[in-house]
Amino acid sequence: MNAALALGDDALVLSHRLGEWAGHAPVLEEEVALANIALDLLGQARVLLSLAGDEDELAYLREERAFRNLQLVEQPNGDFAHTIVRQLYFSVYQHLLYERLAAGDGAFAPLAAKAVKEVAYHRDHAEQWVLRLGDGTEESHRRTQAGLDALWRFTGEMFQPVEGLDGPDSGVDREELRTTWLTAVTETVERATLNLPTGPQSGGWAAGAGRQGLHTEPFGRMIAEMQHLHRSHPGASW
Amino acid sequence: MSSSTDWPLWEVFVRSRRGLSHTHAGSLHAPDAEMALRNARDLYTRRSEGVSIWVVPSTAVTASSPDEKDSFFEPAADKPYRHPTFYEIPDGVKHL
Amino acid sequence: MAAVTADQTTQKTLGTVDAGRTADAEADRVAAFDATVAADERIEPRDWMPDAYRATLIRQMAQHAHSEIIGMQPEANWITRAPSLRRKAILMAKVQDEAGHGMYLYSAAETLGASRDELLDKLHAGRQRYSSIFNYPTLTWADVGAIGWLVDGAAITNQVPLCRCSYGPYARAMVRICKEESFHQRQGYELLLALSRGTEAQHAMAQDAVNRWWWPSLMMFGPPDDASSHSEQSMAWKIKRHSNDELRRRFVDICVPQAEALGLELPDPDIRWNEELGRHEFGAIDWSEFQEVLKGNGPCNEQRITQRRRAHEEGAWVREAAAAYAAKHAPKPSPSAPPAAAPASSPASASASDQPSARTAASARHVEETA
Repeated sequence: MNAALALGDDALVLSHRLGEWAGHAPVLEEEVALANIALDLLGQARVLLSLAGDEDELAYLREERAFRNLQLVEQPNGDFAHTIVRQLYFSVYQHLLYERLAAGDGAFAPLAAKAVKEVAYHRDHAEQWVLRLGDGTEESHRRTQAGLDALWRFTGEMFQPVEGLDGPDSGVDREELRTTWLTAVTETVERATLNLPTGPQSGGWAAGAGRQGLHTEPFGRMIAEMQHLHRSHPGASW
Repeated sequence: MSSSTDWPLWEVFVRSRRGLSHTHAGSLHAPDAEMALRNARDLYTRRSEGVSIWVVPSTAVTASSPDEKDSFFEPAADKPYRHPTFYEIPDGVKHL
Repeated sequence: MAAVTADQTTQKTLGTVDAGRTADAEADRVAAFDATVAADERIEPRDWMPDAYRATLIRQMAQHAHSEIIGMQPEANWITRAPSLRRKAILMAKVQDEAGHGMYLYSAAETLGASRDELLDKLHAGRQRYSSIFNYPTLTWADVGAIGWLVDGAAITNQVPLCRCSYGPYARAMVRICKEESFHQRQGYELLLALSRGTEAQHAMAQDAVNRWWWPSLMMFGPPDDASSHSEQSMAWKIKRHSNDELRRRFVDICVPQAEALGLELPDPDIRWNEELGRHEFGAIDWSEFQEVLKGNGPCNEQRITQRRRAHEEGAWVREAAAAYAAKHAPKPSPSAPPAAAPASSPASASASDQPSARTAASARHVEETA
């Protein structure tokens, strides 16, 4: 239950953030690309939340402290580089995680096997853009480096064990995941002529915080917007 | 108003399923071939329309001119002996 | 674009050489064009066509493309507030389709040499229009349903005949768009139905949305026939197949029973069935409102174009970055050797291409059995 919420909330919240790009993307081709990724994630979220209960009750009626997503995915979009870095950090992690879950015998293996194909594409999209932005113009390089730096401290949380997910059958070893993630992200970032930050991957008290229901301030406003209509009509069907 | 930052145009060809040729689906803009492929995937196959994609820079296509269509295509029109229906075969002859 | 210019140049050059022959050639071309249109065949990009036909098409396709792009805004306004995850997925997919449809239509316009950047610049500068309907605000969730049912419904009524438009690339884009849009109207109707049959507050929300969107939807068909400046020529050229009023009447006839099934009222007390005419009569449209919105005085004209312009301007550094990267990493031109990733057989048969060639090739790419 906790694991389904953790994975489901990651997908739900990131999908919501990507949905905020609609009508604002830097070029029409990216309107379509970002929406595709958001739709994939929303589809994953619906399956995962349904494992834990009623998808709409969970999405619309939980308080902020009951959400189990990573703080990384709730971070506001910022500029396109910021969004792409968030995509890189998360999609590489999600891809590696789902590959491992798919290969394991855990409860999430079938779901992960389907989602891993979608996530591979999200990862590719992020990597392609990091290369172009990092090795593009001076401005795009600067913005992308700023994104890497700003979001770095939210990456440590991805490697905290999740209750109900990291069992012996799950195929997930968080230390191995961290090493593999770091190698993959470093390779992309260096090819893009950028530098991966070297500071701590999480703030002092924040390690694993999102998974415990401790979120950052922008998240409250995000779910206020997401939930207001649903909550304004208690019991209504849509 | 075109500037050096305008992304070039690419022609997209999609094979809708195995056994069929790629056919022209449309065009799109992309900065380079890799992104053109991805954009084509997102734009032209989001309803499972394809199993394979080609992208070609629009500028790489050489097209016949409509002014030449008479000399290009009409000479083929008066050679009915290239078609099986040109030949008369007696009734009852089979497998021909 | 290159070949379009070349065709025109050829005409002019010939003119100086042999005026008599040119006049004949010109007459032949006009005759060929007229015959193609009369035979209900399609005009293709590199065919000779009257300048006014070309201009009309570029204007219409650009306006149509702009409408898709601007039309994303009123609906995207509700993506982050969609009241169920199912509705949220539907709405995101729909707004995404609109971006895609804009791209199909810009592509069609590019076959006539009007580049997308050029058309977007004109939109941003206010020199080309988009459908006025998108200058109305989406105030409640029910507006998403009303847009699907009425606005998309009106658009489909307009667009289905465009699938037989005389200009090939436009007709082909419309076939694709109409196929994809068939879900747009249905989802809107279903959304309104859920509201209409829901709580009292939901029902009221749905009725309010229909009240606000009905008349603007009727205006989408354009001015009445006797006041429409472009209609007659467009009909002769088979760019347009039916008159504004004809399509508007067809739309009203379709909507009346649909509204009944919804349990919602159309805000026009004068709607009644006319047995003799075999169609519905309806009240007079307030064309002064239409003119005002067209002039830029609608509730959202400023907002829509400002957001579009901002997205474009704020995206400039991204587009520049990708172009700079492509220039840095461009494969070295080697005309003798085919690029490694090129397909074994050439895909670019002459007939397949709408875009004539001017420059040499960069590399082609292909992918088999992707995602």
